[in-house]
Amino acid sequence: MIIVKNLVKKYGDFYALNGLSFEVNENEIFGLLGPNGAGKTTLIHILATLLKPTKGGAVVNGYDVLHNATKVRESIGVVFQAPSSDDILTGYENLKIHALLYGIPRGTREKRISEVLKLVGLEGRKNDQVKKYSGGMRRRLEIARGLLHHPKVLFLDEPTLGLDPQSRESMWTYIKEIVTEEKVTIILTTHYMEEADMLCDRIGFISNGKIIALNSPSNLKQEMGGDIVKINFIGDIPSTETFTRFDFVHKVELEENTAIVYMDEVNSNMHSLIKDLKGVRTIEYKKPTLNDVFLRLSGDSLSGDSPEGGFMQRYAQYKKS
Amino acid sequence: MLSTRNRKLKIILGQLYALWLREFKVFLRERSRLVASTFNPLLWLFVIGSGLGSTNLQIGTDYQKFIFPGIICMSVIFTSVFFGSYIIWDRKFDFLKSVMVAPSSRTTVFVGKTLGGMTTSLLQVAIILVIGVPLGINYDALSLLQIISIALILSFGLTSLGLTFGSYIESLEGFQLIVSFVVFPLFFLSGALFPIDNLPAWLSFITLIDPATYSVDAIRNSILHLGTYSFELDLQILLLFTLLITLLGIFSFKRMKAV
Repeated sequence: MIIVKNLVKKYGDFYALNGLSFEVNENEIFGLLGPNGAGKTTLIHILATLLKPTKGGAVVNGYDVLHNATKVRESIGVVFQAPSSDDILTGYENLKIHALLYGIPRGTREKRISEVLKLVGLEGRKNDQVKKYSGGMRRRLEIARGLLHHPKVLFLDEPTLGLDPQSRESMWTYIKEIVTEEKVTIILTTHYMEEADMLCDRIGFISNGKIIALNSPSNLKQEMGGDIVKINFIGDIPSTETFTRFDFVHKVELEENTAIVYMDEVNSNMHSLIKDLKGVRTIEYKKPTLNDVFLRLSGDSLSGDSPEGGFMQRYAQYKKS
Repeated sequence: MLSTRNRKLKIILGQLYALWLREFKVFLRERSRLVASTFNPLLWLFVIGSGLGSTNLQIGTDYQKFIFPGIICMSVIFTSVFFGSYIIWDRKFDFLKSVMVAPSSRTTVFVGKTLGGMTTSLLQVAIILVIGVPLGINYDALSLLQIISIALILSFGLTSLGLTFGSYIESLEGFQLIVSFVVFPLFFLSGALFPIDNLPAWLSFITLIDPATYSVDAIRNSILHLGTYSFELDLQILLLFTLLITLLGIFSFKRMKAV
């Protein structure tokens, strides 16, 4: 559905995208994961024909984003990070205006508007001005708007940014429903690991303008080498041998007083692992999360500085004043 | 072949209607904008009009009546240029992006916006025309038609001008620059407040390159029979200005960055 080839976007000396390549299959939810400023939004803008790449290219729904922009636009729906609906108009009016912009014929317009409103659970609020909507409702309205013209691909740029945990979870339910109901391919960007884990069929990790890993969430976690056991010692750490002699241990990392053991089947193997150890202070055990995967891959924290996060805050302040 | 062309045309008309509808509804619901933009011309008309009117100027008519055409144009100038440069706002929110990813051409978006600007200007002008009646301004069918045509043409040109500036300026602070360096000069140099017959050469020259000059003069011709140039000449020059600005505007709009 989408083919990205060797994409480069340069701003001055800064590489926002640095030779990015990947493909997205039909009807999957593809997650672009990475810290703020990693290049996710730049990538979406290029795929949505709003921005021209410095080098490389991309094909969306069989159309080249550089040479066939109109066809690409007809094939995609986009929900941007910042609010893009008119808050002084009603939900219905926002949808009607976009239906006209997309040339949806009069005969099917009203029916389609009701359909998408129902899909995002807003049919009861369609005649309220958008400024009376909550953040989550507003985002859902924008998703409905993105779906109006039956796009093949829907881009969601940080669909749950700034939403409370409850709205976030209900948003996930809606997104999952949309994929089955509308048969649309979804590309979403996020920097929430659990969101990507919950929703996405496949995830591409972006860091510094490059894809550093691409796989399904479960495979990515598998690649970490099983469950993680951290053993902290009072005195000296035993040698690596002590752990690796077991078949179920994949890998051991030794830090000052701590051994980090990656192993299979903690429940049945823990006893064998620790029964001969001396001077154990604490044992921590956890299943690997995507966050562990990412930290391992990039050696970088997800909470990077955000050149893009500032606007929502300023917007929030503006709305208050 | 014909039917696909018809279909395309239908879609473009729908898009124009959508863009126009958005602007029109937003304008109607933003009461503060409507009140503010109506109040300002009234302030000029009554305070400056009566104040300076009491000083016995040699202009061939009552001063308040003399500046009435100027105030109509002023209203158009402010509304249109502001309207065009509101695109800076649209860009701050992601509204403009959401229009740009729709399969509509930039020219369509540009024209749709301009139609919105013309409509809001026309509403303003209508309000002022009504206020003119108790002030003793006499209209007939012809002069009303002339005033409205002139106001629409000027509005088309100046909304384009606002969009042109708006497409280059990225920060909201730039809006203030437009007010100081575009809106006020256009108004003050148009002869809205003084006759342009006996000006010093430098000032006279500047009034000549201000498109609003010809609108003020045309409307003065139309309702006060006091023009410096003939109505026909005014109309022709105004059309020429508008055409040039519109071309410039579409050019700027097409090369504007979407993000």
